[in-house]
Amino acid sequence: MSTMIATRDAYGQILAELGEENRDIVVLDADLSGSTKTAVFAKKFPERFFNMGIAEANMVGTAAGLAAAGKVPFVSTFAIFAVGRAWEQVRQSVAYPKANVKIVATHGGITVGEDGGSHQSVEDIAIMRAVPNMTVIVPADGAETREAIRAAASYQGPVYIRLGRNKVPSVFPVEHPFRIGKGCEVVAGTELTFVTTGLMTAQAVTAAELLRKEGISARVVHLGTVKPLDSEIVLAAARETGAIVTAEEHSVIGGLGGAVAELLGEHCPVPLKRVGIQDRFGTSGKSEELIKYFGLTPEDLVEAAREIRQRR
Amino acid sequence: MPVQNEQITDLEEKARQLRAAILRMLHRSQSGHTGGSLSAIDMIAALYFAKMRHNPADPWWEGRDRFVLCKGHAAPAQYVALAYAGYFPKEDLMMLRRLGSHLQGHPDSKSTPGVEVCTGSLGQGLSMANGMAMGLKLDGKENRVYALLGDGELQEGQVWEAAMAAAHYRLDNLCALVDANGLQIDGDVAKVMNVAPIAEKFRAFGWHALEIDGHDMGAIVEALERAETAEGHPTVIVAHTVKGKGVPFFENKAAYHGVAPNDEELAAALECLGHS
Repeated sequence: MSTMIATRDAYGQILAELGEENRDIVVLDADLSGSTKTAVFAKKFPERFFNMGIAEANMVGTAAGLAAAGKVPFVSTFAIFAVGRAWEQVRQSVAYPKANVKIVATHGGITVGEDGGSHQSVEDIAIMRAVPNMTVIVPADGAETREAIRAAASYQGPVYIRLGRNKVPSVFPVEHPFRIGKGCEVVAGTELTFVTTGLMTAQAVTAAELLRKEGISARVVHLGTVKPLDSEIVLAAARETGAIVTAEEHSVIGGLGGAVAELLGEHCPVPLKRVGIQDRFGTSGKSEELIKYFGLTPEDLVEAAREIRQRR
Repeated sequence: MPVQNEQITDLEEKARQLRAAILRMLHRSQSGHTGGSLSAIDMIAALYFAKMRHNPADPWWEGRDRFVLCKGHAAPAQYVALAYAGYFPKEDLMMLRRLGSHLQGHPDSKSTPGVEVCTGSLGQGLSMANGMAMGLKLDGKENRVYALLGDGELQEGQVWEAAMAAAHYRLDNLCALVDANGLQIDGDVAKVMNVAPIAEKFRAFGWHALEIDGHDMGAIVEALERAETAEGHPTVIVAHTVKGKGVPFFENKAAYHGVAPNDEELAAALECLGHS
């Protein structure tokens, strides 16, 4: 049985550890430090933590200024506010000047649960992916979150990291090396490939096991970085397995599925199925219920795999 | 060090040269913002040629004071100051807004030596100035941060988020200047969306507010010196200015917000400035 940890909890821990190693790290939050887990850093390094109140636009701009003064700012709030409310600040004040700001947004996707559609960002990956200079990272689990945050801290330039609210099963061993822009094969397979990001990687691993029982060999390729896309690993999967199913806790428009569709359309057109939120807003409900409601279960992935095999 | 009387006269002469340079560069580019550059130039001259510690030979010198042109459309005013201070050759000014030029339509820190951040989308600059002021304080540095805003820009809500935060974090190393020329693209600020009373609003947000004539060089310098003595709170200098100042036929005309002078206008304007 794998351990369960929320990526936001892993973030809180590693951020506090990095604060020890790098005295230039400063953290800004918009009245959600208990939820985003930046409170762990705040308790340890109060002089380097700035609660900016419920004012995300100013928070992002302030982070850009801190970066201009040589600091390494981590900015956290819910994904919907970091990307939605502060989009133009992210574009103009952070991405355009290539400011060294790390936007670590928690509560991404529909697993936010009961708070409902207003708080469930289903389009943040697409929006951040479209912004030049921006790197977009969606870790699969706690171990990868730790490594991704560490990688982001040593990378020079803007990074968007999307984390989740709920505990997720671990996919990677504790010392999983993370390289920005590099995907990894999690399950070997020959007849189709699940290309996944975030918590959908664990779902795909389960789906691949179910398919194996049916005698179908499915590969799972996890892309912890959605931008820049690891085109090499995706194209290899397309050539070698002949069919791709993408899966993400996000709209099928513009996110991982969109990125993979663009790549395959230009370079290796094989049958493609995009599993994700079908151009809809979220809704209230328990996280597990919503995973089912929006068709993001391992069984849904198995169904998508069967369907795509027909199209090969 | 306090600025002496003879320096005030020198600054006034410098501002006159910079006005002529703004008009020449905008005439060449045939694109850019004339009115708001001319209203802001006296303050910019005072900052770059008297009050700010900076080193044109080493734009990223650690000991420098920071300047953020929040009203980024007045980029020509900052560019002429940078060129005349020696950050880059004055001839470069003639490349304003051209493809491949380091002088972008709005300030771009990636392109222009001496530009700290990217501005141009109104309302975002003060937040970045706050961040710089916070970073300098964390490092225990004495450097000051100056942010120049427009009065129309105060309509952006983010400015007031930033105003709240600057007072909350007691950024006494921060001095905002408001180029209150009373005009924006669509007309009078008071008619488009009234922002008055500006000084009282900042005071209510916890700032020390001064009001001056933004074309009185002595008053500008004195206000900047008073801002240096602030303890525990940021200072705003609300500078009442005239859009298009120095060229009578441009003055107080919203129509010249984003219009560059033509041949006749340039000749007449330079004559007004004694640069014919």
